[in-house]
Amino acid sequence: MNRLRPLLDLLRRKLAELMELALGDRASDRVVPPTGHTVWLTVLSAGAMAFLAVFALALTLATGRLAERWAEDLAQSMTIRLAAPAAEADAQQAAVLAVLAETPGVASARALAPEEQAALLEPWLGPDLPVGRLPLPRLIDLVGDDDLDVDGLRLRLEGEVPGAVLDDHTRWRAPLVEAAGRLRMLGWLALLLIACVTAAMVSLAAKAALAANAEVIRVLRLVGARDFYVARAFTRRITLRALAGAAAGTGIGMVAVTLLPSAEKVGFLTGLSFSGAGWLAPLMIPLFAGLAAFFATRRAALRALARFE
Amino acid sequence: MEGNGFVIDLRGAGFSYGGGGGGSLSGIDLSLPAGSFHFLTGPSGAGKTTLLKLCYGELKPTQGQVALLGKDSRMLSRDGLALVRQRIGVVHQDCRFLDHLPVAENVTLPLLVAGRDPAAEADNLRQLMSWVGLTHRADAYPAELSGGERQRAALARAVITDPDVVIADEPTGNVDWEMSQRLMTLLAELNRLGKTILVATHDMALIRAAKPLVQARVLRLADGQLQAAGAEL
Repeated sequence: MNRLRPLLDLLRRKLAELMELALGDRASDRVVPPTGHTVWLTVLSAGAMAFLAVFALALTLATGRLAERWAEDLAQSMTIRLAAPAAEADAQQAAVLAVLAETPGVASARALAPEEQAALLEPWLGPDLPVGRLPLPRLIDLVGDDDLDVDGLRLRLEGEVPGAVLDDHTRWRAPLVEAAGRLRMLGWLALLLIACVTAAMVSLAAKAALAANAEVIRVLRLVGARDFYVARAFTRRITLRALAGAAAGTGIGMVAVTLLPSAEKVGFLTGLSFSGAGWLAPLMIPLFAGLAAFFATRRAALRALARFE
Repeated sequence: MEGNGFVIDLRGAGFSYGGGGGGSLSGIDLSLPAGSFHFLTGPSGAGKTTLLKLCYGELKPTQGQVALLGKDSRMLSRDGLALVRQRIGVVHQDCRFLDHLPVAENVTLPLLVAGRDPAAEADNLRQLMSWVGLTHRADAYPAELSGGERQRAALARAVITDPDVVIADEPTGNVDWEMSQRLMTLLAELNRLGKTILVATHDMALIRAAKPLVQARVLRLADGQLQAAGAEL
């Protein structure tokens, strides 16, 4: 507990600073004259960055959901392909289903009807192709649960029904899940970059404001203002501007996200919107932008003030 | 009051701007007792403003020692210096106001930065504005004031925190003779209230005119050195 005390004290001080910053006092705010260009630079950059952050966050959360869904769906779903002469096909299909019926961990198994196979091929071969005349393999759709021993089933099928090939989709499932995972990582990286750029831009705005108000700072120092007082006046002004800009950017971004295609439409780039409690996540963006602005401005202000006199 | 009784104490103090420019000082010995009144005279470029800056901590000596209210100015942190400045009121020739604030807010600025609530000291402000004759100009902006009004507003700002010392750098430089005498009267009144006053001026007529008002000493600065350390007025 004693070891944690300095950390707790630091947290308490920072919290008090933040509270003081949030509450502020109007008289102290007035000592810094309004400077148009730095205000707009801060509001616009924070707004634009928040807008981008909403999309990066949406992408991150959506790819996370996608990766999980693909991993779950494909891990449970398998296909048995049965290539046999037409005369033996029915018998081999029955043998496979019999094996599956005896195998623990098989939740369900059913042979696809010719119409279902035709529907699967239609996007590639068109609707008019006489699928019935093609020598297509029989397909058996299989859904397993956690108890299913995939390797054991594969060996048993090889032994009992030599024409049957079990495809557990691993070959194409792994790259998809990996791709979704990397997209998610890129999303987080984009969010980090956006936070850094926001801090850098706000920091530049703070430096510009301090440079433009050098005479104000001299007067404040002359009448006995401490660096903390001067820094707080600038920090509060710029942080509140950044907060307002980020709130506006987040709002516009959230409206834009609602206009994206919904997940109900089939396709890779659908379902990028937020879902459920995920809609609360972008509301944190203005808060983080405000925090980034607070620490960036405070650091810039104190460093600039240290060079005065 | 502060250790040896001097509110400002320079021992062999000097300051060099580097590059050999004017205004440098060397070997200055100057002790201002509490409640004293000093004029600082000398030709332009003699270093009067530099000496005043050493006396309120805007500059730190490059040689010797300067003690402000008993504290070595070189040893003061930035915050420590700010606290000392809250006890030393300064009136500049160019006044240095925040132009976007009205006069009353400029005058109460030292209260604000010291963490005091100007609204709670409204009576203090009212009396002070009346004392300097600016009650009717409280809501005006600095750019709307005449030279004399600016100097009086600067004096009000310098004393609103009830400082121990008031330092004025050519306070009558931009005003007519009548206003110069009025400012002198205000400074003399402050001295009678126990404030230590240090006024830099090259106006010898003003110094002579102050004789009936205050018991002051005159310091003459030439070529960066004090030549008459405290001749009686």
